[in-house]
Amino acid sequence: MPLLEVKNLKTHFHTRDGIVRAVDGVSFPVEKGKTIGIVGESGSGKSVTCYSLLGLVPMPPGKIEGGSAIFDDTDLLKCHENDLCKIRGKRISMIFQDPMTSLNPYLRISTQITEPLRIHMGMDKKRAKKEAIEALREVGIPEPEKRVNMYPHEFSGGMRQRAMIAMALITKPEILIADEPTTALDVTVQKQILELIKSRQKELGTAVIFITHDLAVISEICDEVNVMYAGKIVERANSRELFSNPLHAYTRSLLQSIPATQLKGEKLFTISGLPPNLAKPIQGCAFRPRNQIGNSDECLTQSTPEFKELDSNHWVQNCPGCLT
Amino acid sequence: MPFLELNDIKKHFSTKSGGLFSSSNEIVKAVNGVSLSIEEGKILGLVGESGCGKSTLSRLIMQLLEPTHGSIVLEGQNLTNLNSSEVRSRRLDFQMIFQDPYASLNPRMTVWSTLSEAILTRKPQLNKEELKQNVVKLMEMVGLDKQYVRKYPHEFSGGQRQRIAIARALAPEPKLIIADEPVSALDVSIQSQILNLLKDLVNNLGLTMLFISHDLSVVRYIADRIAVMYYGKIVETGEAESLMENPQHQYTKELLESVPKVLSLV
Amino acid sequence: MRISLPTESELEKGSSLGRDAWARLRKNKLAMLSMCFIGLMLIICFIVAQLPFIDDPNEQNLENRFAPPSGDHIMGTDQLGRDLFSRILFGGQISMLVGFIATGVALLIGITYGAISGYAGGRTDAIMMRVVDTLYAIPFLVLVIVLKVVIAGPMEEQLKWMGRFANIVPLFFAIGALGWLTLARITRTQVMAIKEQEFVEAATSLGLSKMRILFRHIVPNTLGPAIVYATLTIPSFILFEASLSYLGVGIEAPNSSWGILIKEGADFLETQLYLLIIPGLFFSLTLFAFNFLGDGLRDALDVRASKD
Repeated sequence: MPLLEVKNLKTHFHTRDGIVRAVDGVSFPVEKGKTIGIVGESGSGKSVTCYSLLGLVPMPPGKIEGGSAIFDDTDLLKCHENDLCKIRGKRISMIFQDPMTSLNPYLRISTQITEPLRIHMGMDKKRAKKEAIEALREVGIPEPEKRVNMYPHEFSGGMRQRAMIAMALITKPEILIADEPTTALDVTVQKQILELIKSRQKELGTAVIFITHDLAVISEICDEVNVMYAGKIVERANSRELFSNPLHAYTRSLLQSIPATQLKGEKLFTISGLPPNLAKPIQGCAFRPRNQIGNSDECLTQSTPEFKELDSNHWVQNCPGCLT
Repeated sequence: MPFLELNDIKKHFSTKSGGLFSSSNEIVKAVNGVSLSIEEGKILGLVGESGCGKSTLSRLIMQLLEPTHGSIVLEGQNLTNLNSSEVRSRRLDFQMIFQDPYASLNPRMTVWSTLSEAILTRKPQLNKEELKQNVVKLMEMVGLDKQYVRKYPHEFSGGQRQRIAIARALAPEPKLIIADEPVSALDVSIQSQILNLLKDLVNNLGLTMLFISHDLSVVRYIADRIAVMYYGKIVETGEAESLMENPQHQYTKELLESVPKVLSLV
Repeated sequence: MRISLPTESELEKGSSLGRDAWARLRKNKLAMLSMCFIGLMLIICFIVAQLPFIDDPNEQNLENRFAPPSGDHIMGTDQLGRDLFSRILFGGQISMLVGFIATGVALLIGITYGAISGYAGGRTDAIMMRVVDTLYAIPFLVLVIVLKVVIAGPMEEQLKWMGRFANIVPLFFAIGALGWLTLARITRTQVMAIKEQEFVEAATSLGLSKMRILFRHIVPNTLGPAIVYATLTIPSFILFEASLSYLGVGIEAPNSSWGILIKEGADFLETQLYLLIIPGLFFSLTLFAFNFLGDGLRDALDVRASKD
């Protein structure tokens, strides 16, 4: 049985312009110790998916309309806020895109990093601080005894993200959700952070859900990749399979449009048009209007394509137009 | 003769710290001796990480900031010697495309007012009919549907806004375009649309471009030559392909190694 | 080569931020109700008051003092037998005028001053803001009285054509000329934030003049908070005039304002309570309406809320 099983998750936002179906029927399993990637463009629903799991979606306007997320016999979507608090930050923790805004600028690093230990494990101040110093050392922050007493603004961007990771991992969670953790960082720092996440994961056996828009990053770090488009997962396979044998037209288009895959001087492949407006109900295949690689005439127009296992462990939205 | 030449450009900022009566001056050398040249009709890619001074450099070339030292020579004319009214008239020859299409357009101005204002700076004598022609031509050039001419920036997506910003930059018929991270804020699928557009425009209009980015794969694709900037200095320049394949400087090597690669390409 | 221009019918209508804000405001029932109420008040005070069946507010009838509300005088009469209803209408004119004119003056001075100060920055900004600080430190009340005297004297000749308003206009300007301080600060902060935005750099790159950049590109983007503040300023100016009149340094006879009516009513608190209650009701309801409208505008113009 997987560590976390998300089934048919639906999170909608009730806005002035109507109901935005940000996440519309997303299912995926998370196995122990594995790294699951969720990749998609902005507005595809990748972040909302994870925010829903931890009850972080602002309600209203957000509302979880259905589905389940079973973690150790508890349904995260339906359990009481108090139970969720016991899981959140202890057994499932999260790191965010912007380490500057996700650390409280008025509190010392030590206060913030020991908080989960003191709340969830009832540790006394002295021991918690010792643990914090140890945790900072493990994420590669030099002179942790001194740095632990500093404030976030005294850290550089990469250093702050390291501190965030230390904080997220200090309770040895079973799942770490990383929401675009390297997007705001420079490439050289990004590489260090990715390596840090990998090595910490190996030592602790944590499963990681890694959200990003960057295909290259996801191909480097993830075991299994979910590609999201318009609130749904359109394709899932293990990393090697997905990148060497992408099936869905959206995945193929995305891969072709990265400049790194093109020869110099050749025109870049582009996906024409824009992602669909999620405030309007989508009939049939959501990618049909932008599908140029496959055959958009054969795309489903009436029914929503079924998410099906075509090869072993290679799941894809079964829309004939997107698979040709 | 190169189209644009920078000679030993320096820009130092002094940051004041301390109280009202005691203050200590600290000097930040954002750009510290940069010499560069761009040939006419070429794209020079400028690569560097945050804080290396590449945005400051772009604003120095745009004459939005004054250099502490050095000269900027455009088509043989030294811009640093011009007085402010001469700079204003010369400005139309170089325009800038910014990173954030959400901040670079005036939210209270329609596409029409944004573009017509920019066109009139070069051709104030146009009548209404000619102005309309010019606006529509620009919109077609950047791939915007002309029926949106009365719309406001917030009614467009990020990619479309960047097209408006590009159209505005082209409106005064400049010779040099400085593109400061023009695709960093955009999604992958939109990014390629904008890159294609920029490349076409450079080819069709004979523009010269300074393309600033932190993303090596984007720069490799679009630029003819690449300059790598590190702590206010240019550490390496070269032809795009050869620099990527055979980097000389330690920092360039490190940068290249750090770029994540898509599995299928390896 | 001629390019085919789109015809009018092909053009899609844009929706400005202002129009969006208006759409949001329309959904706010309380704000809309307040707006209707203010509109109604304006109609009653300025148009109904001109109708022939409204009594002269200054016509005394000592035989009919303290008449309770009746068919003849729907709100009764005061201590000099004047019709209370028409006094409320004419008093309302003054009160409303104070609110609108003084706020208009304050907006004009405050936005211009704040915009220039914020855009210029550096030493100019420092000096201009110290002036504001100094003015803040002087008691408002005292300054208004002094200013009123200073303006009123030399302007007397020029203002004659205004008839009965001649001696109150200086008061409006005095209030407005001092009420701009906060508006200047608000605008300055806004301008400082907006001048760092890239679209201002883009405008500079086009070689536009500083004046054009400031008043076409920057100032329109700062108006939201200023408008909200101004809407909330109107009632505070009305209130300020009322307290000036209460102290006897505001509006002078034969004019009256709601403040004066309340002051007079208060003298007969124990015997003729309606003389206090009725003008007080008009006064407070109008202030409420302005405040609700201001709150509604604040919500409607909130830029962050419009991004979702």
